[in-house]
Amino acid sequence: MAELTYRDAVAAGIAQEMARDESVVFLGEDIGAAGGVFKATVGLFEQFGPRRVRDCPISEQAILGAAMGAAMTGLRPIAEIMFSDFLAVCWDIVANEIAKTRYMTNGQISLPLVIRTANGAGSRFGAQHSQAVENWAMAIPGIKVVAPAFPADVKGLLAAAVRDPDPVLFFEQKSLYSMKGEVPDGEYVDELGKARVLRHGTDCTIVALASMVHKSLDAAQILEKEHGISCTVIDVRSLVPLDTQTILSEIVKTGRLVTVEENPRLCGWGAEIASIAADECFWNLDGPILRITTPHIPLPSADQLEDATIPSVERIVREIRDKID
Amino acid sequence: MDTTVKRKKPAQPDIDIGQETRMELYRLQLELRYCEKRAYDLFLQNLIKGTSHLSLGQEAIAAAFGVAMRPDDWTFCTYRGHAHTLARGASMTGVLGELMGRQCGLLGGKGGSMHLTDVKHGAMGSYAIIGAHLPVAAGAAWSAQYRGTEQVAVCFFGDGTTNIGAFHEALNFSAVWKLPVIFVCENNLYMEYTPIDTVTAVKHPAADRASAYGLESIVIDGNDADEVYKTAVKYMTRARKGGGPALIEAMTYRHSGHSRADPAKYRPDGELEKWLKRDPIDMYRSRLLELGFAEATLKDMEAEAMKKVNHATEAAKVSPVPGLDAIEKDVWANGGAAWRN
Repeated sequence: MAELTYRDAVAAGIAQEMARDESVVFLGEDIGAAGGVFKATVGLFEQFGPRRVRDCPISEQAILGAAMGAAMTGLRPIAEIMFSDFLAVCWDIVANEIAKTRYMTNGQISLPLVIRTANGAGSRFGAQHSQAVENWAMAIPGIKVVAPAFPADVKGLLAAAVRDPDPVLFFEQKSLYSMKGEVPDGEYVDELGKARVLRHGTDCTIVALASMVHKSLDAAQILEKEHGISCTVIDVRSLVPLDTQTILSEIVKTGRLVTVEENPRLCGWGAEIASIAADECFWNLDGPILRITTPHIPLPSADQLEDATIPSVERIVREIRDKID
Repeated sequence: MDTTVKRKKPAQPDIDIGQETRMELYRLQLELRYCEKRAYDLFLQNLIKGTSHLSLGQEAIAAAFGVAMRPDDWTFCTYRGHAHTLARGASMTGVLGELMGRQCGLLGGKGGSMHLTDVKHGAMGSYAIIGAHLPVAAGAAWSAQYRGTEQVAVCFFGDGTTNIGAFHEALNFSAVWKLPVIFVCENNLYMEYTPIDTVTAVKHPAADRASAYGLESIVIDGNDADEVYKTAVKYMTRARKGGGPALIEAMTYRHSGHSRADPAKYRPDGELEKWLKRDPIDMYRSRLLELGFAEATLKDMEAEAMKKVNHATEAAKVSPVPGLDAIEKDVWANGGAAWRN
């Protein structure tokens, strides 16, 4: 085990796969010589050279289209979209092309590719550089959707995404890039579609993703210590495929479900989990499902405003305490 | 509107087209024409549902590239892609079957007219969102370049595509990376229903933009299969050797409307008639006769092509409709559609 930052785990995951497989190539804006605007890809250009690590013009449709064309003809591209907000300028390639091509062609075309992108708030970048858009991706049949919360998961899930035969949208949480954590040495590959139970409790099951996992863990500690409320915390890790077995079995054990999402209120991923729980374990619930989300607004930039908008540890504690008491 | 005659033509590449190639060019144009006409008839019989965009009048372009391409080259086309897919050797029964929603369809009834694909013949998809496939073709060309296979990607699109962002992104990207991709603009004078010259800042929507990407301005007669063939060979050969992309504007005309729903009443009087005199197939037939091909040989080829279309039609008609189990198949590589455990 070595201690790596979340950003270094990105580079470690990509390097592991590029060293293993010559068909893995990497393209995006400022990813090569500059090492990425978030410095998450430092060293790859030096290690693998400009033939495999390719700097691109500001042309997101060309980047994802090229990744798609390369994937259907034998390569395994990793494409970077600098900020997940920019997926909106190439959403046709994601939603209409990449996601649907296998189905429309009756399985003739495979697209083993990964789209990495920096997602989420907390950096005071304002409404066009801070969105959590994993719920957009989840709504499209045909793409897998992954969002790691820990450096080890970044490396392991990224490697799994590269090896997966289907297209994967890989959301990196930009506010977590500097976070440190233990990452297994040597070749490390995780499995897509598995949630992880990080904490076992008896009163309430909190289901969270990416940065909300850390806030939920902190909130669970306070709830236990100060309010005597014992919480299970699940890191969803993968929205598609979704590990409903783990999530439902943990909801049943506590009888309460709380989802903590960075998405704006309407159609956030927590709504889908709540719907599944209502359908499949309603009689095991001891009270209403609680969704803690960002309000349904574009995001403000000032630090005080952004902090008051995104679910905070204090807000998670307060809302759970109010609901459960 | 007749932009082909006023512009000075570039010298045709000095490529000798042999007798066999000319026979192949004629045969393929006939098959494409008869098959598209049959698709239209099947619509009228309500055996084909949905929409369809025919290449009637534009067959020389698809046919000439089809003959010029290597079997392992890749075709990317638009929703007007029946001809380009057939020209790569895709089964005609598979094409008509797909249009009719039958099990024998190229896509088992899951894609339809606008998404014809036949990977084993290098037909890498028909893309129904304007412009989307230009970057995808660039990506395939990148793969060929990366692996050193000397394959070429050929990407067909209409004049309307030149006004969407993906066109410009793909052109710049391909030029910077010197990718082996040939972009072929079939300028049939109309973006859907609207004359292209009323919505475009330059006279030649593709060729006049080429210089912005450091590319040569190329305008050819898209109704002359020999000219298209020579141009295709020239630029594909260059691309295979690392010479980078080309953007070719082929002037042509759509004999029918934009789609099934369009009677094309917006066309000025006499325009269609003028272009019918330049019908690519009639012109090619006259040329073959001038070159000494026997009338009987051509008649045999015509009968043979019609026989093939009749046979494909009957085979598609008797094919069963897809089983409903197809609905939740092939979302994922494991063959299924499960999004949860």
